[in-house]
Amino acid sequence: MTTVAQPAAKKKVNYRSRGKLIIHIVLIIGSFVMIFPFVWMILTSFKSNGESLLIPPTFLPNVWLVENYTEVTRTLPFGSLYLNTLLLIFFRIICALVFSSMAGFAFAKLRFPLKKFFFFLVLTQMMLPNQIFIIPQYQMLASMGQLNTIFALVFPGLVSAFGTFFLRQFYLSLPNVLSEAAVLDGCNTFQIFFRIMLPLTKTAMMALAVFTAIFAYGDMMWPLIVNSNINMMTLSAGISSMQGQFTTKYPILMAGSTLAMIPMLVLYLIFQRQFIEGIALTGTKG
Amino acid sequence: MTVSAKTAAPRLGRRERYDPKVVTAAFILIAPTIIGLLVLNIYPFFDTIRRSLYKTQGLGPEVYVGLKNFEKLFTDDMIGHATVNTLLYMVLTVPVGVLLSLIFASLLNSKIRGRDIYRAIYFLPMVVAPAAVAMVWRWIFNAENGILNIALGALGIQGPSWLADPNTALLSCAIIGIWSAIGYDLVLILAGLQSISKSYYEAAEIDGASGVQTFFHITIPMVSPTLFFVVLMRAMTSLKQFDTIYLLINTRNPAYKSATVLMTLFYREAFEKFNKGYGSAIVLYTFVIIAIFTAIQFISEKKLVHYD
Repeated sequence: MTTVAQPAAKKKVNYRSRGKLIIHIVLIIGSFVMIFPFVWMILTSFKSNGESLLIPPTFLPNVWLVENYTEVTRTLPFGSLYLNTLLLIFFRIICALVFSSMAGFAFAKLRFPLKKFFFFLVLTQMMLPNQIFIIPQYQMLASMGQLNTIFALVFPGLVSAFGTFFLRQFYLSLPNVLSEAAVLDGCNTFQIFFRIMLPLTKTAMMALAVFTAIFAYGDMMWPLIVNSNINMMTLSAGISSMQGQFTTKYPILMAGSTLAMIPMLVLYLIFQRQFIEGIALTGTKG
Repeated sequence: MTVSAKTAAPRLGRRERYDPKVVTAAFILIAPTIIGLLVLNIYPFFDTIRRSLYKTQGLGPEVYVGLKNFEKLFTDDMIGHATVNTLLYMVLTVPVGVLLSLIFASLLNSKIRGRDIYRAIYFLPMVVAPAAVAMVWRWIFNAENGILNIALGALGIQGPSWLADPNTALLSCAIIGIWSAIGYDLVLILAGLQSISKSYYEAAEIDGASGVQTFFHITIPMVSPTLFFVVLMRAMTSLKQFDTIYLLINTRNPAYKSATVLMTLFYREAFEKFNKGYGSAIVLYTFVIIAIFTAIQFISEKKLVHYD
């Protein structure tokens, strides 16, 4: 920066920039470790089975084959898997946002009897591991005849205790002056909630949406349990069933994994900032 | 409304009167969440406890067996192995994972070019389904044709069979676990680091503190609430680990005994053998373990975590 030839200053600059270089090297090595598995997944998915077993291995495929993709789409109904995953995420987000906003606002801003008890129920759910609810939840769906449906996929996420807690924190940070002014103007509680408070929680709702989407997309145990019909499975559960059919045909397994990875990856690349800042927000406020 | 209630009835003391309109609105607003919690969580919690006292196999009727499921649990070899493996998995993943996340978060917290790009790259595994993650690592860890052992071979090292070797199977799963979670933890820790006021660092610089001193005396105490949260969350998730281990360590795997964990055992008992009663007992047992570790962490929080 400063080109003045002061020996001490120059030494310091050198020292700093060398430190920066080391930091970059460490970060680049880390980045390589994070990215390489995905690169290897995609490259392998275009190789023939024979080529994938060569030692030493080829880095780029000799011939870029699409047969693995046609093979895996013939066995797995990817159209349905995409659609089911999309619907699962969509309904989970809607439920989490609508119900958690309502309850979060009430817990933060309204006075009503048994408030502490009701909030205790919310906290209890957050402290208990999800798996403890799974057998009874499954039995309920089975007795309603709702297995192998989109409803079954959404079911445990109809309400979100975490969302309620998280949005409550957010509503608590909003000043009461806002609602007091609205009361004087003759607004009722619902109007205060919907017209004044709710629009102020946009960032928090965005964060909750990202959080909900990531975990709904990754969840494998629940979809495997309730939807045994391959046409009603999600991407996560669907590709896990590939293992049985193509045990060691890695190029086909990689093609399936790539197909399962693409949609969320594209969304992530477009909305990278919202994803990361959303998660940061759920961690710091939650 | 609230204003008038306060001024009109000061003598009611602690038990102020509620505004009926507000109470009605509040109940309408919390109704979906509370009903949902009761149906989806509170009732199931007690139902799981009840089921753990019954024997249920397949479609047959439930038979009350008292504490038999728990007796079986404490004499079942597999439960013993799974308990050890679950705890070992936590010990292998949590300290190393959080430490690495802290290191990378600190590196990213310096004024460095391309910070957002690095952060986005490290977060990548979080947006990929664990099933796909498990699949690609199975391929990388493959004993003969996996790229890892080929690379080690080029360096003259004979790599183990990783996921199929009882000595390395759980370690391999832990490596995948750390790799998957690092970006998530890093994002949380980085947010914590960025919220530390610059004035602390300026004061330290004036006092002539070295980088290392600043890190241990300012950064670590100031970020300790975030670190505590991350450790707590990571410990809980590691004790509930399911997907990657379920996919990578099947019953035919020679390393099955040394890498199976409580949640995979729960899933296999409850939904593959349809032994819902025993499955309920396993999940309650896991819950107790999680509760113990959570309690330990909250006790140590008072000593280790610095709040303003």
